[in-house]
Amino acid sequence: MKEYRTINKIAGPLVFVEKTEPIGYQELVNIVLFDGTMKRGQVLDTSDDLVVVQIFETTTGIGKDSGVRFTGETIKMPVGRDMLGRILSGGGKPIDGGPEIVPEKRLDITGAAINPYARSNPSDFIQTGISTIDGTNTLVRGQKLPIFSGAGLPHNNIALQIARQAKVPGSTEGFAVVFAAMGITKEEANAFMQDFERTGALERAVVFLNLADDPAVERIITPRLALTTAEYLAFELGMHVLVILTDMTNYCEALRQIGAAREEVPGRRGYPGYMYTDLACLYERAGIIKGLKGSVTQIPILTMPGDDITHPIPDLTGYITEGQIVVNRDLHRKGIYPPINVLPSLSRLMNLGIGKGHTREDHKKVSDQMYAGYAEGNDLRGLVAIVGKDALSERDRMFLEFADLFENRFVRQGYDEDRTIEDTLNLGWELLSTLPVEQLVRIDRELIQKYHPKFRTGAKKE
Amino acid sequence: MEVKNEKTKDKKQGVLKRIAGPVVTAVNLDAHMYDVVKVGREALMGEVIKIQGDNVIIQVYEDTSGIKPGEPVENTGLSLAVELGPGLLTSIYDGIQRPLAVLVEKMGNFIERGVTAPGLSHTKKWKFVPLVKAGDKVEAGAIIGEVQETNIVHRVMIPPTAKPGVIKVIKSGEYTVDEIICTLEDGREFPMIQRWPVRVPRPVKEKMNPTIPLITGQRILDGLFPIAKGGTAAIPGPFGSGKTVTQQQLAKWSDAEIVVYIGCGERGNEMTEVLTEFPHLEDPKTGKPLMERTVLIANTSNMPVAAREASVYTGITIAEYFRDMGYDVSLMADSTSRWAEAMREISSRLEEMPGEEGYPAYLAARLSEFYERAGLVKTLNGARGSVSVIGAVSPPGGDFSEPVTQNTLRIVKVFWALDAKLSQRRHFPAINWLNSYSLYLDSLQDWYDKEVSPDWNQIRSWAMGVLQKEAELQEIVQLVGSDALPETEQLTIEIARMIREIFLQQNAYDAVDTFCDMKKQYDMMKAIRLYSDLAYAAQVAGVSPAQIITIKAKNDLPQIKFIKDYKPELAKIEKQMDAEFNALRSAA
Ligand SMILES: Nc1ncnc2c1ncn2[C@@H]1O[C@H](COP(=O)(O)OP(=O)(O)O)[C@@H](O)[C@H]1O
Ligand SMILES: [Mg+2]
Repeated sequence: MKEYRTINKIAGPLVFVEKTEPIGYQELVNIVLFDGTMKRGQVLDTSDDLVVVQIFETTTGIGKDSGVRFTGETIKMPVGRDMLGRILSGGGKPIDGGPEIVPEKRLDITGAAINPYARSNPSDFIQTGISTIDGTNTLVRGQKLPIFSGAGLPHNNIALQIARQAKVPGSTEGFAVVFAAMGITKEEANAFMQDFERTGALERAVVFLNLADDPAVERIITPRLALTTAEYLAFELGMHVLVILTDMTNYCEALRQIGAAREEVPGRRGYPGYMYTDLACLYERAGIIKGLKGSVTQIPILTMPGDDITHPIPDLTGYITEGQIVVNRDLHRKGIYPPINVLPSLSRLMNLGIGKGHTREDHKKVSDQMYAGYAEGNDLRGLVAIVGKDALSERDRMFLEFADLFENRFVRQGYDEDRTIEDTLNLGWELLSTLPVEQLVRIDRELIQKYHPKFRTGAKKE
Repeated sequence: MEVKNEKTKDKKQGVLKRIAGPVVTAVNLDAHMYDVVKVGREALMGEVIKIQGDNVIIQVYEDTSGIKPGEPVENTGLSLAVELGPGLLTSIYDGIQRPLAVLVEKMGNFIERGVTAPGLSHTKKWKFVPLVKAGDKVEAGAIIGEVQETNIVHRVMIPPTAKPGVIKVIKSGEYTVDEIICTLEDGREFPMIQRWPVRVPRPVKEKMNPTIPLITGQRILDGLFPIAKGGTAAIPGPFGSGKTVTQQQLAKWSDAEIVVYIGCGERGNEMTEVLTEFPHLEDPKTGKPLMERTVLIANTSNMPVAAREASVYTGITIAEYFRDMGYDVSLMADSTSRWAEAMREISSRLEEMPGEEGYPAYLAARLSEFYERAGLVKTLNGARGSVSVIGAVSPPGGDFSEPVTQNTLRIVKVFWALDAKLSQRRHFPAINWLNSYSLYLDSLQDWYDKEVSPDWNQIRSWAMGVLQKEAELQEIVQLVGSDALPETEQLTIEIARMIREIFLQQNAYDAVDTFCDMKKQYDMMKAIRLYSDLAYAAQVAGVSPAQIITIKAKNDLPQIKFIKDYKPELAKIEKQMDAEFNALRSAA
């Protein structure tokens, strides 16, 4: 392989190389320092006279005297069955002291788009044991459902609880977990690793760690390595894979940093204009393919800067993912775990995975009715603060109480409390029965007759 | 000879100079704007979007990874066009009309590059039935025959740019789209297939003013903010507020004859959902599977952005083609913001001077050119046809003041304003009744008078008045609580709640409620009106609101939504309501 010593400019994570032979766009590049260490990068722009390379590690030590080797191929990831149980760096190198991965295949990490015609609709209900997810924002196998959180909130615990408890009722196959950390602290990473070890999940996990003190630019490839691995496990080995990506906010910061180094015209709040497309190329790597056995379910985690859901990172994410679980600071302050605010939360695939044949026939309407009740009660709290409880009508007072009950009974549960879907729905009915029956306008009569505690004739699982 | 050959080749065959993402630069290429070119050794499809000195700038419809400077570029000399003819219906295409089903066959489950596939099958035979005979004079747009494509009849036309002529031979029988089925006296020959450049509107004889609503079966749309057949509407809203569900409801239930649904830069699973669901749903009018009247275009968010830019043009050209046959077509584009962003991404790679929020300065022009292709028209053959266009808009942070929303609202006649506050409490469709509007109300008034009821327009204004009043009262309630309101106004609040919860709220996932015809809409609103009249009369007679609110019959009203043959039940409720009020009045 030819080695060039024609670097003429280094700016941020970018290295500019002159007078090369024709170099392919997105080609993998190795930069060799004077002491023999190698750094990897990727071609961002290639032309007759100049090639721009983005380096995945720090550019420390790179100088005009460094050698540049173009590998002639795009970035590939060695994948194999024996990756399960392994811990890799954010760049894909083993860091657990174990042997190199024996590759069964080398796959392009960009990942081609799944042909929409080849997709199959996700519809297998995943029971996470968390009522605010199962009952009102149901997750299904093959969905991409992010957790929108804020700094210092217990999103990691929620993700771990999901990873630990997730099961498809009636199916014996568990989930393999692909975990990709991007810029999280060592302490956070340890919490994940310890929980994986405690529960034995590590054996069926592949872990990629790019920590806070690892190079920021490496974060650009970490999720791609993780998703390439997940696709391999799912679509070639037939496993059901749960991918946890945390923290996507750090990923987006790295994207912004590269955009700035390239002197691009920035989009909203300084993030690149192509961030939507870039994120879509990650998040869309989830789903089920017709005729294949496995699935990729994604739970990306992001911390909303300033708890602002309109910030470009949660905003663009919400526009791509199939809903969002929103973790809320007020609930957290009230001491409620998991502090999930159902109002801005959503699962777009819920309707495919609930109801007769999936969970229970009353699921959708119970959920809608609880939403309506909680939203109304929650609004009234503002009013009470101004006019006092006494100025409320009888009806209003009932909704106000419903909102409190909802938070304390339905939302609140233990870190190890694993509720079945029946428990969750029955709990929902119990809370709804505190409201006058005629206020339950979202639910048809027949369901009320069958499931309402007052009339219940036998609420059995379908 | 050889020298000459070499020379022409030299002119047509350019060389790549620079590759940076979906935009590449070629030199030595003899090209015109919007020519389709083949880029690199793998002959990836691209389109010329800028010519600057020696440099020809090309947007490439496929991933450009691994492509190197020095690779060849070849100009086809054609512009980006779609194939039009039998075989469009039930298809699902990417943004440049490659059939996704064929791509799965050719390259498996993932979309790899370098594979071409024509929009129509060129081997399938269709039964062509002529409608003209030798000696007939035909002009551009004339219908010369039919093919039973699905349950829809595909009308085969003389291309819109052809000069008039006289039929010499017209065939009948089974033909592929390429075989000649018609020859004119002057020797011109026509197959069933037409090719039309997507960026050019297909000509019509005349544009007319729309007077008939596109009935969608969605109460808040048909009842309060209707769109006309041939009209334009925008649905802006933050994520999760209901853009896609509304668009899909329109694709399912609107009384268009043909539906073109464009998933532009959105989710893969949403297109799969349409693909799996539509074949099993019936058109409420014809009872035939909905898929048979539908053409899908899916260029999802992770598919190449240049093809996303092209997808809306591909879609609207197909829509116009069916319009030219005399059909009412409705087109949904979800989301036009992703299209605008594709323009922005390409524009920024061209290093064009950015306008507002980085969008190119021609954003407004492109948007209005697109919506201008909607309309109720007299086609070249004198028939009436229409294209209604409904565009979803995805404003960043849900803020409607951004350029795509604002520029769209300047053009479209109907605004369905989605509201996160409503969707968060699961009030669906989450269309804000105070901010939304339809500028077609006046021109549709006659239709509602005749087809629904002479008092519909009046009832509609009454309902809007109550909702408006409620909004004002709510402001007071926020300050003093509802108990402090005068009695009549407490009633207004109650009636407004009924309009919202009974009429406006509509569950897309309920088997019955998902579609509500105009008759039922009218009956439901009439029932609320009846309650209102009785309540105010009772109040005048001295009955207190606290008592009025105890009327039991009205609690059954919401159930009407879920009942298919609702009439007996509704009559019962109305009768009971009357009786209860009578009792109250006589007690007072
Ligand atoms: N008319 C409706 N009836 C019932 N649910 C709806 C309706 N409209 C929207 N929803 C709910 O809202 C969710 C988000 O709607 P969607 O159309 O996907 O939003 P957007 O496209 O604006 O992001 C859906 O998954 C569904 O649960
Ligand atoms: Mg949508």
